[in-house]
Amino acid sequence: MLEVRRLRKTFAGFVAVDDVSLRVSAQAIAAVIGPNGAGKTTFFNLITGHLKADSGTVLLEGRDITGAPPHRICRMGIGRSFQRTNIFARLSVFENIQAALLAHQGHGRNFWSRSEDFYRDEANALLASVGLEEKARTEAGTLSYGNQKQLELGIALASEPRVLLLDEPTAGMSARETHETMHLLERIAGERKLTLLFTEHDMEVVFGIAQRIAVFYQGRLLAEGTPHEVRADREVRRIYLGAAA
Amino acid sequence: MSSRKSALRGRIPWTLVIFILALPLPWLGSRYDTFLGTQIAIDALFAVSLNLLLGVTGLVSFGHVAYFGVGAYVCGILMKTYGVSFALAFPAAGVGAALFALLAGYCCVRLSQIYFAMLTLAFSQIVWAIAYKWNAVTGGDQGIPEVPYPNLHWMAALPGFGNLSTGDRFYIFSLVLIAISLALLRRIIHSPFGRMLTTIRDNPERAAFIGVNVRAYELAAFVLAGAFAGLAGALYGIFARGVFADYVFWSRSAEVLIMTILGGMGYFWGPPVGALVLVWLNKEITTYTEYWPFFLGAMLLVLLFAFPGGLLGGLHSGWSRLRLLWAGRDA
Repeated sequence: MLEVRRLRKTFAGFVAVDDVSLRVSAQAIAAVIGPNGAGKTTFFNLITGHLKADSGTVLLEGRDITGAPPHRICRMGIGRSFQRTNIFARLSVFENIQAALLAHQGHGRNFWSRSEDFYRDEANALLASVGLEEKARTEAGTLSYGNQKQLELGIALASEPRVLLLDEPTAGMSARETHETMHLLERIAGERKLTLLFTEHDMEVVFGIAQRIAVFYQGRLLAEGTPHEVRADREVRRIYLGAAA
Repeated sequence: MSSRKSALRGRIPWTLVIFILALPLPWLGSRYDTFLGTQIAIDALFAVSLNLLLGVTGLVSFGHVAYFGVGAYVCGILMKTYGVSFALAFPAAGVGAALFALLAGYCCVRLSQIYFAMLTLAFSQIVWAIAYKWNAVTGGDQGIPEVPYPNLHWMAALPGFGNLSTGDRFYIFSLVLIAISLALLRRIIHSPFGRMLTTIRDNPERAAFIGVNVRAYELAAFVLAGAFAGLAGALYGIFARGVFADYVFWSRSAEVLIMTILGGMGYFWGPPVGALVLVWLNKEITTYTEYWPFFLGAMLLVLLFAFPGGLLGGLHSGWSRLRLLWAGRDA
């Protein structure tokens, strides 16, 4: 589904992502883990076109998407959420989702119709599926942190992605919120037949739902495999998992 | 209930209401009032065109007067030098300003924030320098005096219009054109295209990742804003009986920026309110003192701290607070 070949990115001499190759098969749930600064977010930014790779290729369903701008990659079927929540703060919750639907369906060039008449049912259905139907009229910037994360997921889903990249979807959440969010993600990924790639610090979450785990360390891919394999990897235990495993 | 109410409020054709309220001015007020009214109406269109960038797309332009100026010159030169009719010169002013905005915007949207703002300023200074120095076409520091009025004699046939002066007729004529322009701008802002612009204002990074080509949309907004500023400029050249390089000086960009912020850039009708208040205050205060800039500065200072959402923002939050009090009493 998503394949990365020998991807490399340096910032002024510092190697952020170093020769990483990775394959994620269709409808898999895969996690990228690693200590802070291991290159996880840079890796995501290279896939989604927010950064240009020095070398290497990114393939989506066999198609080379390396170097395409973010808005085009989004339209090709990759959705993403960001580490710091990324919503449209001054629009209402409903308008956030509706805007994403309008953009995805290519209505942005319509100068004439009233935007509020578009996709009311679709937007409400999406809000319901991420559990925000009660907050449709609220200004998005005033939502609680957990709600903003839910909204961000809704925005990402509005562009009907086949691959969804989530950068720390549960960062800053309480244990209960984390549990609910991961449950929600698992359900949505199943319903929509999504391929899910996410970064996460909470090892309980990672080993709870991921089918494949990639471990990053200092920009390199240290190990990749099933949770069982990764847990058994001596190098991973030594460098990263430590007491947690 | 409240959602039905707000839906109803959205359906009030405000442009038409304000147009009808402003229309009788030549019959009710003095010639000077009509003069001020024309200036306010033109400034209102100019400021709303700026707000398409500022309040809707989140782009700060320090050089919006360039497009106003291009429109004024295109219309003035066509009518005065070449004797072209207003019916052609007016749309040509919009197209000319849009083309120049396309050129300038193409460069500007490649930069962000303060660099974007500085580049808009640079382009407006280029326009000013050309206006000031290119004697053969722009008349240089002499400008283009006595741009003719469009032919408005047909108005005399309308009931009640017989006794109106040319200035009064031009006020009504401008009001119609400005109302149509504002209705178009309002339509654009509330369209799906306008919604995409608001996503760019709130979060350009995220906007790109719902599939919005941020630069292309910014450029489209820039061109549209330029076109409407050009139309305002065309009317101004006729209203002021000439087109001069002073119009394009950068301080005019600051003035329209102040109008927009004063009225409230978060509201469609914020900039027109700002234009109304600024022109009226200017008139009132300059009759007492020559220190108008001092009062303007002091007023802005108070406003920015007391009503960061502008005058309409202040009214809006005051109204919400009142309604809350009311609801509290009901309960």
